[in-house]
Amino acid sequence: MSTEGASSYGDLPAVATDSPVGARNSMDRLYAPPALSERLIRAFLMFCAALSIGTTLGIIGVLFEETRAFFAQVPFSSFFGDTQWTPLFAEKHFGIWPLVGGTMLTTLIAMAVALPFGLTAAIYLSEFASATVRKWLKPALEILAGVPTVVYGYFALTMVTPLLQTLLPDLAAFNVLSAGLMMGIMILPVIASLSEDAIFAVPSSLREGALALGATKLSTVFRVVLPSAFSGIGAATILGVSRAIGETMIVAIAAGQQARLSLDPREGMQTMTAYIVQVSMGDTPTGTIEFHTIFAVGMMLFCMTMVLNLIAQHLRGRVLKGSL
Amino acid sequence: MSRLYTVDAQAVAAERAFRAIAILALVLPLCLLALLFGGTLIDGFSRLSFDFLSGFPSRRPEEAGILPALAGTMALMLLTAAMAIPVGVGAAIYLEEYAPPGKITTLIEVNIRNLAGVPSIIYGLLGLEVFVRSLQMDRSLIAGACTLALLLLPMVVMASREALRTVPRMYREAAWALGAEKWTGIRRVVLPMCLPGILTGVILSLARAIGETAPLITLGALTYVSFLPTSLKSAFTALPIQIFNWTSRPQAGFHVAAAAGIVVLLTMMLLLNATAIVLRMRLQKKVTW
Repeated sequence: MSTEGASSYGDLPAVATDSPVGARNSMDRLYAPPALSERLIRAFLMFCAALSIGTTLGIIGVLFEETRAFFAQVPFSSFFGDTQWTPLFAEKHFGIWPLVGGTMLTTLIAMAVALPFGLTAAIYLSEFASATVRKWLKPALEILAGVPTVVYGYFALTMVTPLLQTLLPDLAAFNVLSAGLMMGIMILPVIASLSEDAIFAVPSSLREGALALGATKLSTVFRVVLPSAFSGIGAATILGVSRAIGETMIVAIAAGQQARLSLDPREGMQTMTAYIVQVSMGDTPTGTIEFHTIFAVGMMLFCMTMVLNLIAQHLRGRVLKGSL
Repeated sequence: MSRLYTVDAQAVAAERAFRAIAILALVLPLCLLALLFGGTLIDGFSRLSFDFLSGFPSRRPEEAGILPALAGTMALMLLTAAMAIPVGVGAAIYLEEYAPPGKITTLIEVNIRNLAGVPSIIYGLLGLEVFVRSLQMDRSLIAGACTLALLLLPMVVMASREALRTVPRMYREAAWALGAEKWTGIRRVVLPMCLPGILTGVILSLARAIGETAPLITLGALTYVSFLPTSLKSAFTALPIQIFNWTSRPQAGFHVAAAAGIVVLLTMMLLLNATAIVLRMRLQKKVTW
């Protein structure tokens, strides 16, 4: 490259002529060290990437600090041993189980809807549907996954609950059943889309091998393809559960605000997320025990979803590495 | 002509049955959703008017308007995008183009994927403690935007990385072989090639972040705001919060207002999605080097 050519492109540096070409045996010496601007840009980009670590540290730090303040006033044994959760009442109890129970029950109902429907849809899309159907349904699923959850909450409270009340007359106005059902519909596209990716990624040589041995299409799908995609489907399911546990607006709107340890989905129950919303809506002074509770509950929520996400990532990592 | 294979009638019937069940499993939820969206749209459109869009909240449901929420959401969207997009794309470029393979890079990657799975309400708790209390931003527009930016960041990074990965390595190598420095090659060759992909991914993520309600509520965003945000420090409300507030009230009139709010919110989402698609189509046609 001529020096005139290089100077007309200010940001294209000329090949350094003063570098001792051939003087060292290291290849690094064949070009000049990066310009200062280049190093600054690199440093800035690195800072951007490191910011994500800062976010995680921030989340853990904030939750840890406030949770510590909470446990300075409430004993551990009460948090994990008590079966009542009434921090906003005069007579305070700090047992987390009613909130965890409410969360688990809604998650269970949601998964009971999302898993069978989502998985069947995924199998159909991957193995049976024509290319045109796939081309239209996949983006449709992704758009559905982007609908704000407050909209699903509105559906659950104003339409699904009245509809269900005609079938189940003793259904409460705020109940876990319709919140869970709606949450299942919300998570369905997530599970369908992720499982479809996993099933589609199974090498076609496996299908062809099974078919060549005389297996029918159905037994190929259920006895060869699905077992091979097991890790990916497992990851999709766990991510779905994690989404359900962390989902806030549907349960805050439709599941009610009584922290109650029960198994009856016709009643209203409060979830961990709904409790945080309830406290945030009121004017709770910072530094009070009520204020600390939302961080303790948040810590519980964070730990549960974190464990699930790590398991899901591990499973997906196995899929990527090919050792199904 | 005689067949080369035998037809197992039972297997054919079983496959047909499965297809029917599978189609039912797809159509049933979609029908239910169509019913729910349809019902909401009908309710919402009846309430939608210029007065609704330009009005302020009211105690009387038939007079309630959505202007402060709309303005708040617009302002949040611009501020959030201005903060999260440069940083997110920068992080993606670092991870795809610069980062040396190793423990630290793996840590950052695992960390970003984990952050994408953290429930949004946890970001609200982070924002409440860091932005509202420690940095004393109060329950202001800028505190809300900072919180949403943190929430948006992992989504932007993952979408941008996917787009960067679509540019074949040989284009970078060609640029370097011509004497371009690393960043020059990225800026003049790689970024123009994958800009449509980055923009599409970023806009879709932005649409998702804008629909978030929980972090803003946790932050303490107000639900009754009768003024427009005038500065970064103003108190604010947003469309999803307004919808939540109206839905939570017992009067049916407010539910209709919520339905109208949902129509406005979904229209904004569809517009953002359409923008992403149009941008992608236009930029794919003329790539400027």
